[in-house]
Amino acid sequence: MRWIWIDKFVEFESGKKAVALKNVTLAEEHLHDHFPGFPVMPECLMIEAMAQTAGILVGQARDFKEKVILAKIKKVVFFDYVKPGDTIKLEAEIESIAPEAASIGGKITRNEKLIAEIDLMFSHIDQNLAGKDFPEENFVFGSGDDGSVFESLIRDAVSRGSCNPEPN
Amino acid sequence: MAMSRDEIFREIQEVLIDALGVDDDEVTVEATLMGDLGAESIDFLDVVFRLEKAFGIKIQREELFPAESLMSNPEFISNGKLTEKGLAELKEKMPHTDTAAFESDPDINKLGDLFTVGAILNYLEGKLNAA
Repeated sequence: MRWIWIDKFVEFESGKKAVALKNVTLAEEHLHDHFPGFPVMPECLMIEAMAQTAGILVGQARDFKEKVILAKIKKVVFFDYVKPGDTIKLEAEIESIAPEAASIGGKITRNEKLIAEIDLMFSHIDQNLAGKDFPEENFVFGSGDDGSVFESLIRDAVSRGSCNPEPN
Repeated sequence: MAMSRDEIFREIQEVLIDALGVDDDEVTVEATLMGDLGAESIDFLDVVFRLEKAFGIKIQREELFPAESLMSNPEFISNGKLTEKGLAELKEKMPHTDTAAFESDPDINKLGDLFTVGAILNYLEGKLNAA
């Protein structure tokens, strides 16, 4: 099973850009404690949502063959709270991609209002500098039924005709 | 477009301030990326990406930071030190770096000290003026 923290992609341009939506609901139990009487989406979970949006974009750019790991939060600034009932839009763009790593710029908006700017680095860990070996199995994107979660997330966006799944 | 050494240094300084979260007075020509500025391996890639953008050029990572190819070759390392062959390779691969101090005690743990702000400056100066 995979913990998917975004609801769907609305745009997907291979190797370039992905736009995903996340609906926030009071049924998410952590909101009852964060904070009692004042439920707001934890900022770390906004970073997680961006990491998933951007991580899938980076993974798909190499056909899900690389193990893509969040390696660095380059910059993060929050401008407003996100509350139950909100739909947030996560936009991630690849700024640079190399055999070893990728750098992305991201922003989160709600009805065009800027909520956060989040820039991240991902490592393709099999190409790491120290030459360390990792298990052959792709524990990030999986294979077979497991991997299809990511494929299907993107496929939904493709079927609406809003993206181009072919690498350029 | 020709840039003076000083202009290149200021641009590098900006990049390192943003990438490593350091202050401008910490980024001196002598400062080592790992020891003085606290860079980790992923930061090297971040720095390369940012330099590419800032100067509008392509940088091969092995060209700027070639040490890992040395580290993984057993011919170049013996008892935790670089061999003669390893040193020769290092000098060939890092012409933009001052290796004199390292040669007197080529302990591989000190290899990181070769990655200085000055080495990036020399590398970029050579690359930009050759173009």
